[in-house]
Amino acid sequence: MERFVRNPKDVGAGILLIGLAAMFGILSLDLPMGSAVRMGPGYFPLVLSGILGVLGLIVFIGGLRFADEGEPIRLAALPWRGLVLVTLAVVVFGVGIRPLGLGPAMGLAVFISAMASRRFHLASALAMTGLMVLFAWAVFIKGLGLPLPMLGPLLGGY
Amino acid sequence: MDILSNLELGFSVALTLQNILYCFIGVLLGTLIGVLPGLGPVATIAMLLPITFGLPPVSALIMLAGIYYGAQYGGSTTAILINLPGESSSVVTALDGYQMARQGRAGAALATAALGSFFAGTVATLLLALFAPPLADLALKFGPPEYFALMVLGLVASVALASGSVMKALAMVVLGILLGLAGQDVYTGIPRFTFDITDIADGIEFVALAMGVFGLGELIRNLEDEHGRTVGVQKVTGLMLTKADFKAIVKPVLRGTVLGSLLGILPGGGAILSSFAAYSIEKKLSKTPQRFGRGAIEGVAAPESANNAGAQTSFIPMLTLGIPSNPVMALMIGALIIQGIVPGPNVVNEKPDLFWGIIASMWIGNLMLVLLNLPLIGIWVRLLTVPYHVLFPLIVGFCCIGVYSVNNNAFDVYAMALFGVFGYVLAKLECEPAPLLLGFIIGPMLEEYLRRAMLISRGDPMVFVTRPLSATLLALAVLALVVVLLPSVRKTRDEAFRE
Repeated sequence: MERFVRNPKDVGAGILLIGLAAMFGILSLDLPMGSAVRMGPGYFPLVLSGILGVLGLIVFIGGLRFADEGEPIRLAALPWRGLVLVTLAVVVFGVGIRPLGLGPAMGLAVFISAMASRRFHLASALAMTGLMVLFAWAVFIKGLGLPLPMLGPLLGGY
Repeated sequence: MDILSNLELGFSVALTLQNILYCFIGVLLGTLIGVLPGLGPVATIAMLLPITFGLPPVSALIMLAGIYYGAQYGGSTTAILINLPGESSSVVTALDGYQMARQGRAGAALATAALGSFFAGTVATLLLALFAPPLADLALKFGPPEYFALMVLGLVASVALASGSVMKALAMVVLGILLGLAGQDVYTGIPRFTFDITDIADGIEFVALAMGVFGLGELIRNLEDEHGRTVGVQKVTGLMLTKADFKAIVKPVLRGTVLGSLLGILPGGGAILSSFAAYSIEKKLSKTPQRFGRGAIEGVAAPESANNAGAQTSFIPMLTLGIPSNPVMALMIGALIIQGIVPGPNVVNEKPDLFWGIIASMWIGNLMLVLLNLPLIGIWVRLLTVPYHVLFPLIVGFCCIGVYSVNNNAFDVYAMALFGVFGYVLAKLECEPAPLLLGFIIGPMLEEYLRRAMLISRGDPMVFVTRPLSATLLALAVLALVVVLLPSVRKTRDEAFRE
């Protein structure tokens, strides 16, 4: 028996596109439409949402009908560790930059993302972190003069 | 001659000490990221955009342009020496270049790539100087309908020339436009798609989107197969070409240059497509096609000339019409807008020093690249041994500080993280992110011109077909779309990309 979903990638992409189209479409409906002569802020987005929805539907149906010729996705093979840790590193930087300052925020971001690698070594990760903090200080604070403290208010900076 | 005095002005701008320095930094950085796999020009330029705030516009653009064409040079070095294309445009170079290196002719391959690129760069620079001003003059006659039609054509062409599914690429363009529309509506001031978050009131930060999708998304993808790449670098000997080599490469270089220059102008074209097309043409024209893939010097000469020519001429639509033909050009437009310059036909006339300075700097930059790449090849080879797990945490750090420094706003950092995950998901679903970025940049302009066109025509959509220029442009767009959707063309297109 053939599988009902022949190309999970296309079906997934189709669902994602239709979902996004619906979101933008619903948000556009709240905006004034105007007329064709004087288009309101909602006119063009609503038309685009419609087009996006149709395209999503075509991709979705195509995914049900035609088999995938490329490599299939295996959830277990996804780099979950990298995905989570890199994203976390960036978010930690965003949270830390104001209260902690550039030095600690940069250090945390580099160190956390270094952990994303399967070839993580504590010593080399610490060395890289130190290097990058030094570099960020030299280039962004000394060199480019960004208005950022190296240490934030929480750590006794300004 | 007008053009001579223009070029003189250009060189007088480009040859100031400061601009030579920025040009040098640009091509050096470009070569560096071209050599390092996993870091492309789009991500690098996005990272550096905030830094260009403080520079004068000419210096900023000279540096960013240098990164772009420098990356083409660097990418071919790795392609030849370790069979690992540093840039997607040098994928083809790896086919024959690496074989040449294995046969002990790495030096000849590198010299061919460098000289071919230099020649192509010189020709393309001249073409840019010749054709950009008249094109800009023509563009000054454009009304809103023509601009709208031109942008539609540009977007459709970028879809047609992208690899993978046409439907998905189209969807990416539309999604990009929708994302680009977020923020306050220009005419009414009503916020759109902001979810009542004040940080999006002025729109989604372009740098956050570009760095998230291209920088972080790409980076996460590289973490997928992280197994220890043992790099076997081929020895470089004999940089000199023999007489027979010269004879063999003259025609391929010429053909590659012409083809690359033409394809570079097309929206969605640029370096990648040019190199693929040049390679297949050489193979078709060759009397001994079986040599291709086994170390044919023509197989290095043609695509290398083509990708460099394409990289240069893709500046033409950007500088004259303000329309980006690829993501790098979209970033350049971003850089101009940051500087308060509205890209478009007026740039040539109102800012001749900027326009001609950039053109002249490209030629200087190409010369620098030949000097950088041939004698210093040893340094670049050593860089190849930097493992990715050392590199990527530093890239993450750069992305963070880069996006934060645009507005000093932590929200942009979170947005980048979100777009990073989104970009990774898109890549996994085989949706090309490049059309998304183009749509994002063009979206707001597209809507504005549509609204203006409808206003002057009193709501009659026929205005787009009754005006000959806009009708022609739209007809071309429809034609391009129909052609790529034809089953037979689709098949050959898929094959061309797979080769």
